[in-house]
Amino acid sequence: MAQVHLKNVKKSYGALDVVHSINLSIAEGEFVVLVGPSGCGKSTTLRMVAGLEDISGGEILIGDRVVNDLPPRERNLAMVFQNYALYPHMTVRENLGFSLKIAKKSQAEINKAVDEAAEILALTPLLDRKPGALSGGQRQRVAMGRAIVRHPDVFLFDEPLSNLDAKLRTQMRVEIKKLHQKVGSTVIYVTHDQIEAMTLADRIVIMRDGHIVQVGTPLEVFENPVNTFVATFIGSPPMNLLTGVVGGNQIGLTDGTTIPLPPGVKLADGRRVQLGIRADNIMPDGHALPPTAHMAHVDMKVVLSEPLGTETVLFAQLAGTEVQAKMLNPRPVTPGEVLRFGIALDKCHIFDAETGLNLRG
Amino acid sequence: MTRAKLPPWLLLLMPAFLILAAVVLVPLLLSLYSSFTPYQLTRPETLWKINFPFNYEKALTDPGFWKAFGRTVLLLTIALNLEMLLGLGLALMVAKVQRGQRTLRTMMMFPMMFSPILVGFMFKFIFNDNVGLVNNALQSMGLASTAIPWLVDGNLALFAIICAEVWMSTSVFAILILAGLFALPQDPLEAAKVDGCTPWQSFRYVTLPFLMPFIYIAMAIRSLDVARAYDIVQVMTGGGPAKRTELLWTMIGRTGYVDARMGYANAMGYIAILLSIAFTVYFFLKLQSARRELGMGD
Ligand SMILES: Nc1ncnc2c1ncn2[C@@H]1O[C@H](COP(=O)(O)OP(=O)(O)OP(=O)(O)O)[C@@H](O)[C@H]1O
Ligand SMILES: [Mg+2]
Repeated sequence: MAQVHLKNVKKSYGALDVVHSINLSIAEGEFVVLVGPSGCGKSTTLRMVAGLEDISGGEILIGDRVVNDLPPRERNLAMVFQNYALYPHMTVRENLGFSLKIAKKSQAEINKAVDEAAEILALTPLLDRKPGALSGGQRQRVAMGRAIVRHPDVFLFDEPLSNLDAKLRTQMRVEIKKLHQKVGSTVIYVTHDQIEAMTLADRIVIMRDGHIVQVGTPLEVFENPVNTFVATFIGSPPMNLLTGVVGGNQIGLTDGTTIPLPPGVKLADGRRVQLGIRADNIMPDGHALPPTAHMAHVDMKVVLSEPLGTETVLFAQLAGTEVQAKMLNPRPVTPGEVLRFGIALDKCHIFDAETGLNLRG
Repeated sequence: MTRAKLPPWLLLLMPAFLILAAVVLVPLLLSLYSSFTPYQLTRPETLWKINFPFNYEKALTDPGFWKAFGRTVLLLTIALNLEMLLGLGLALMVAKVQRGQRTLRTMMMFPMMFSPILVGFMFKFIFNDNVGLVNNALQSMGLASTAIPWLVDGNLALFAIICAEVWMSTSVFAILILAGLFALPQDPLEAAKVDGCTPWQSFRYVTLPFLMPFIYIAMAIRSLDVARAYDIVQVMTGGGPAKRTELLWTMIGRTGYVDARMGYANAMGYIAILLSIAFTVYFFLKLQSARRELGMGD
């Protein structure tokens, strides 16, 4: 268990900067999830913490030690690699027990830890196989197991569940959460999957192009995205963005439709903005949550509907933009049907059209 | 006009069959046959006198033959292991070089470009007791007071021969192991680092098992090479002095062409070939099990 601090950490490959001076403090026992689009530097950041990648600038502290120049073995951390990185010549059992063998633990201790991990990860029947004879998901579980047999100060997970099927993924997510609650180690977890991010994280770190865009609890980043990037990245379906011009406390969309500004927002006329509406806050009349004090209404033509059972996601067209809306207590909708939608304005966001920054802040 | 027509596939394969028969099969059968006769090059009529186990019996009961046999195995063992260790070290160092690696790899192959005969002459000169470099160096550094008879003493001569073999062929190991190092997956090495391995432990538990197949391939190739060692030895010592560096093939060569006893030489040749096959099979089995170890299929 240890804190982890990143101070102005930079990484460049030659002239190419892939991580730009990021700052992040992770408390002891905290579960931090790094999310961001492919190539934004998540793995690189994780590998710098692990000591597998030189740090081009800044400092990384684990506990109160600056680890910049420490080799990985002196950092006492366990890592699950994005591409498993199993030892091909060792059986699953040997793979799991390898770090303990290196740490000169007794054979009895190793066996106990390995059997325990195999039990949690449902690997017991596979213990005597080589990684070459395992499926992708099984390999990923071995990689997980290799990390959890140890009791490191920090766990580093690089997309550890990306190759599992939906059921196993949910199951493993729960196991990871339980494991974290049991051992209380600090965890840095990289994922693409925002459900994983939302459910596992104490705090989410959203990265883009080597920068940290926003850090916050799952609810904070969901409810108060700092800009359109976070707004569309977190939450499913992604937040709808409608571009328009402010005029007389209203937003005029390109096709002439006007929507009132959300309550409490004052903006000069003529300013170009984007109105952000989550699908949960735009629903057809009669299939919606009870109306709130600040409602606006628009008519939209439905292009497509995706029934999910308890609700249906409607794809509709407004001012040339595709808008996704939710329909509660669904009824069948035929494409081309025009419905009247209610928008809960107090839940909407206003972003600057040029900078993308949230203007409600 | 009723000439039987051969099927086309047989017709097409015929040239290959004929060439193989002329080049491989006939000499093979002839030499096998002659190993059953007391055939002497100077007395052609002896080729027709079959005396089946005679030559083989003679070889297997001849202490000189067994000494040459043992010396060949000894040379093989020492040379191969030395070359493996040196080649491994060389490959590991070259793999670390960032700039000019290509040039280094080419330079590594230089010794292989020389004819073994020339290498033999070169080392014969280096180890010459009067004018050789080694004695000269040892004496001027004060490490030896008198000339050391490198090529006269049996053990020293074997040492000198091993030096020549190692100088010439370490690069075979180095190059094959280097190929293995290039194909080495980086991820398990990184995992090992995080799992707490020191550089030595990473090498011992991850790199080396991965390199084993490459090492065994080199071993198989080189064991064939060394088991038929003739040229370097012939040039450096001629199997002498007084047969103290006699190897299987120098003995066979002398028996066949100097003493003209071709039948006997052929019989010994067949025994020597069995030795080569035994080594090759051994390393091949090792290779297979090393590959299976890595989960690379069989
Ligand atoms: N050795 C390298 N040399 C040059 N550029 C590199 C190197 N390794 C990574 N990069 C670049 O660094 C950037 C960040 O890579 P990184 O692997 O951290 O992305 P990521 O966020 O983990 O992406 P993904 O989600 O696809 O795994 C990428 O643009 C990548 O092309
Ligand atoms: Mg990655």
